[in-house]
Amino acid sequence: MDSSLSGNKVEMEDFWTFALWALKTWLYLIICLIMIPAMFGFSLGISETYMTILVKTLEWATLNIQKVYAEERTLTASPSNGLIEREDGSMEKELEELRRSRPKSLGSDFTLSDCVYFTRRGIESIVEDEVTQRFTSEELVSWNLLTRTNNDFQYISLKVTLVYGIGIFMRYCILAPLRITLACIGLSWLVIGTSAVGLLPNWSIKFWLSEWVHVMCYRICARGLSATIRYHNKENKPKKGGICVANHTSPIDIVILCNDGCYAMVGQIHGGLMGVIQRAMVRSCPHVWFERAEMKDRHLVTKRLKDHVNDKTKLPILIFPEGTCVNNTSVMMFKKGSFEIGSTIYPVAIKYDPNVGDAFWNSSKYSMVSYLLRMMTSWALVCNVWYLPAMHQQEEEDAVQFAKRVKSAIALRGGLVDLQWDGGLKRAKVKDLFKEEQQKQYSSMVLGDDSSSHSD
Amino acid sequence: MGSRASTLLREEEIEEIKKETGFSHSQITRLYSRFTSLDKGENGTLSREDFQRIPELAINPLGDRIINAFFPEGEDQVNFRGFMRTLAHFRPIEDNEKNKNAAVSEPLNSRTNKLLFAFRLYDLDRDDKISRDELLQVLRMMVGVNISDEQLGSIADRTIQEADTNGDNSISFNEFIKVLEKVDVEQKMSIRFLH
Repeated sequence: MDSSLSGNKVEMEDFWTFALWALKTWLYLIICLIMIPAMFGFSLGISETYMTILVKTLEWATLNIQKVYAEERTLTASPSNGLIEREDGSMEKELEELRRSRPKSLGSDFTLSDCVYFTRRGIESIVEDEVTQRFTSEELVSWNLLTRTNNDFQYISLKVTLVYGIGIFMRYCILAPLRITLACIGLSWLVIGTSAVGLLPNWSIKFWLSEWVHVMCYRICARGLSATIRYHNKENKPKKGGICVANHTSPIDIVILCNDGCYAMVGQIHGGLMGVIQRAMVRSCPHVWFERAEMKDRHLVTKRLKDHVNDKTKLPILIFPEGTCVNNTSVMMFKKGSFEIGSTIYPVAIKYDPNVGDAFWNSSKYSMVSYLLRMMTSWALVCNVWYLPAMHQQEEEDAVQFAKRVKSAIALRGGLVDLQWDGGLKRAKVKDLFKEEQQKQYSSMVLGDDSSSHSD
Repeated sequence: MGSRASTLLREEEIEEIKKETGFSHSQITRLYSRFTSLDKGENGTLSREDFQRIPELAINPLGDRIINAFFPEGEDQVNFRGFMRTLAHFRPIEDNEKNKNAAVSEPLNSRTNKLLFAFRLYDLDRDDKISRDELLQVLRMMVGVNISDEQLGSIADRTIQEADTNGDNSISFNEFIKVLEKVDVEQKMSIRFLH
């Protein structure tokens, strides 16, 4: 009895020493292979090899899936993923066509067939609309061997299923623990590092150190997401005393951009974990955080941003003027606030590769933590970042027009659809104003005045 | 999450919808995924609010009338079957459907059914007649506040005068068909669904 108990004890101790040893090796490996390269910004080529293998695997899977589908039915992958082809004519043109059959009567112009135009437009928007589909994950043309795709891909072949199984093991048992460890190290490093740098006096070395700590932490976090980021046109990188505006897909955008340089953040002070990080960061370099109550005061916000921009020693401000996360297929309306400050605007376009992982944060469906876990169990994160040439407000332009111009430039560069719609529609209903505009346009056609000719 | 199986369409259902509406297998499954993404209550049916959440439909002057066409009288929920039946009106007429003999029941996307859909937009009380009052109400929806009562009244009077052949001061479905005789309804009330 006694001896077996002590034997158990020895076994337990053995187990614990082994576990400790395993943990230690694990951490040393992480530090040597990932942390140190991340600190100094070089790469050992491990992630590159992983990416090559991944791309090859996905290509192979696509080929297999297509083969099976081709046998079943003659389903050819259409270039677009749309459900319908829309009629894009203006109201004037369409209604004129409808009325062509009817002799033009004197005075007012209304025919019973006018409703046909509105009906088709309405039904088209029910089948497929420009806005709501931007707030759900993009549908893929081919399956990327992840479970979470909108299309219901079913059993294809034994080989594909096998690879899918190996993929699950890789992602959940090897990559996920590694990535979670990295993310934890990165974030705690950020808090400790920035707090420590914050204690230093305001010498120039402080700024340099602060930037180094920031970039290093973001690099570790980026590795925690297996991010492969390609930066284009680095000569246009945002400079001090300017505002960098980018399209917004998820909070990870910040990690992506900060891998290549530091920015001052603007935003509301959050509670919980985010709050701790925010408070630590502001100690080492001047970010612009607002309390919830202050955020409502537009003048105060503008003034503090202006002060920041006018101080040429401070980092460029990073703003996402869409105000909400969009699924990376389009750019939605830019809020005019950041364009009223009158500083140089540095537009940046960010485009993720949807085939290796869905970067979109659907905040109404997933919490921040569960979103991050989904990201960490995806294949990887591949994205392109384009720095666009600096833009200035032109004399005849107001802030709204300027915002539109910047948005179009970003959409064009990133290969995204340029939408006029407000991203706020994710939660709020559309304003009556837009309906009234439609009614006004139609009325002018009924009354037959010439004012309709220059409504565009 | 757990009830994923029940949210999928069964193969028999797809076949039935295919027969009834003429949509293809892949069109049905894709429209089903659209249907479920509109269904915020996640109960397998759409309510009027679900439709109104589509911004482009919400700004359509006739949006409310179009939404109404999806709901049978007195009901405020529509299931996928009903949703597809209404959408089927807007399927283009294919060549092999043109010469079908009349013995088979008329397909939902025939010219007459398309016209009936348009007619019902004006026929608010579903009595198969468009009265002057109904026409005025629909006109008001379309033009908003931009045209005076007086002007709108004369537009309504003139429209009814032109269409009304039996002198009952309202427009029947037959009279409606007459007015739209030369309009290419087949094309103008069709949506180009892909594959």
